[in-house]
Amino acid sequence: MTALLEARNVTKRFGGGLFNKQYTVAVDNVSLSVGGDTPTVTAIAGESGSGKTTLARMLLNMLEPTEGSVEYKGKSLGALTRPERGEFRREVQAIFQDPFEVFNPFYKVDAVLSTPANKFNIGSSRAERRELIEQALEMAGLLPNETLGRYPHQLSGGQRQRVMVARAMLIRPSVILADEPVSMVDASLRATILDSLLLLNQDLGISIVYITHDLTTAFQVCDNIMVMYQGSAVEVGSVEKVIGQPEHPYTRLLVESIPLPDPDRKWGGVAAGRSTLEEQVKNTSGCKFAPRCPAVMPTCHESLPPLFKTGDRQASACFLYEDSPPVMGEDAAGMLLMSREQSDSNGTNNSY
Amino acid sequence: MQETTRQVDGLVLQVRDLTVHYQTPLGPVRAVEGISFDLGEGERLGLVGESGSGKSTTAFALMHLIKPPGQIVGGSVTYRGRELLFATPEEIRQIRFADIALIPQGAMNSLNPVMKVREQLFDTIRAHETGTSAPELSDRVNELLESVDLPASTANMFPHELSGGMKQRVCIAMATTLRPKIIIADEPTSALDVVVQRQVFETLTRVQEELGAAVILVGHDMGLMAQFADRISVMYGGRIAEVSPVKDLFRDPLHPYTNELVRSLPSLDKRQRLRGIPGLPPSLLRPPSGCMFHPRCPKVMERCSTEIPLLRAVRPGGHTACHLYEEEKT
Repeated sequence: MTALLEARNVTKRFGGGLFNKQYTVAVDNVSLSVGGDTPTVTAIAGESGSGKTTLARMLLNMLEPTEGSVEYKGKSLGALTRPERGEFRREVQAIFQDPFEVFNPFYKVDAVLSTPANKFNIGSSRAERRELIEQALEMAGLLPNETLGRYPHQLSGGQRQRVMVARAMLIRPSVILADEPVSMVDASLRATILDSLLLLNQDLGISIVYITHDLTTAFQVCDNIMVMYQGSAVEVGSVEKVIGQPEHPYTRLLVESIPLPDPDRKWGGVAAGRSTLEEQVKNTSGCKFAPRCPAVMPTCHESLPPLFKTGDRQASACFLYEDSPPVMGEDAAGMLLMSREQSDSNGTNNSY
Repeated sequence: MQETTRQVDGLVLQVRDLTVHYQTPLGPVRAVEGISFDLGEGERLGLVGESGSGKSTTAFALMHLIKPPGQIVGGSVTYRGRELLFATPEEIRQIRFADIALIPQGAMNSLNPVMKVREQLFDTIRAHETGTSAPELSDRVNELLESVDLPASTANMFPHELSGGMKQRVCIAMATTLRPKIIIADEPTSALDVVVQRQVFETLTRVQEELGAAVILVGHDMGLMAQFADRISVMYGGRIAEVSPVKDLFRDPLHPYTNELVRSLPSLDKRQRLRGIPGLPPSLLRPPSGCMFHPRCPKVMERCSTEIPLLRAVRPGGHTACHLYEEEKT
């Protein structure tokens, strides 16, 4: 099964110029597959500085990987021809964290929708285009006559974000990368926006990559998840496994730290890794989480653990699971190529 | 954070009919409209609401930090029997930090970038105490940093050398320098990662318990509220919709808005369709008639669009402003 959009062992280093030998590894040898025979909803989760946004920018062809490649329909992004790039631009859309920065404050909101409609020849006439735009707005939960003709500052943050969802519906891409799309809106609106993203997946067959630091919404919305820590994928698999039964000590720490909206289930004990919590790990050859890890072993400081396949739909980059077979590159990415229906209907699978 | 019922001795703060408007060319924006609540000594009160509900404005009004075009239109705020709203600027200056301290939203950005942490903490102490000797000041700073789990070496650092979590701890240290009776924390961890957020809250909880201070936690994260608060006051459109002990609020919310809010929270137990609250928050410039929530309320009745419901006691410790409960009584 080939993926629509695939990152193959991508690494991105920043810095390290002529005079400055120090560089930052933002993304370290990560593989990820999106879409394919069935549309997928995949989460990339991690704290700030984990490299999730850098990975997204590489998937969007906004950054070139230092090593490895990003492929669209099996072809490296760097090798796309001009018309292919045009197709890529249409088929892979992004929704960013701050919807205000996307809008030009001098143009009416209409421009955000009509520009791509014109560019990608959506609808055959002006009237049809207008109708499609209105339809898209309604699907995103906005009233067209209260949205069109307004300037961006006249809309609330949640409305602006929903205009972006409407824009994605209008263009009908195959993949949408949503980078923290709801971190700036209130809880009740958050649910509405995520739900409309999920509808895009279920009704229009669009694959979604949901980049977030919020594991609770990732659990609700996504089929698969990749947890990143300081540039590396530490755990990948289905959300039921990775969030429901986390294996990697870092994922466990993350899940335990979620403030549950339930006064009967409070944070217990003291968060692990307290003493070194803010230390950035500099060029270690071992596991990057080792300095904070409660289960650290001597081997952890010596070499970087690969992803070990601990179950059908789960792999953890931790030496605790050394006995399981390691999975690399494409195979690890392939674990993320499953939709919710597939994982629900057949518990075991061999489609990758 | 383990104990379930916390004893509340006396009242440290009483707010009555507090009203704050922002004057705009289009008319007054009624950010806070006649809200009343009490704060017990050592109590942890959560002030919850979506953006524009007036929660931050309330916090700022308590600290006398409302700036034009904002204006405190009426009401009273009594701190241990002293009226704060009519206090002179000098009196307020003395109360700030010493009695009521604020950890503002994005507090970590409020640190002075060209002053070392030590100097910034000194400033707070010097503004309120005269004649504290230099070695004494140093000891105090070290103690303070230790109390928020920061190494003593942090004192000689500039804010840009610290991570977000460390800066937030410096702000907690600063807020607790003078051992205040009330700490107002306005979304103190909104920019932090979950693990760091939890650690900052552990720090805040410990410091609060050591000082015996009351905390007003302002925010919209219901998860944090459930973890931290003893009692929660839910604001909607500038008014208080409900005040309940934290367990009652999550288990059996009184106000339809609280009910919708609690039901819209994603859980980790089972996967289900996420559902938000239909409709939009009210305009504070042209608020709806009657109850602020009635255009979105699933249990709306005829009188909701004409009569403003008043906050009334419905069960022990539980108050709500909703006509549903008025009918039950009559």
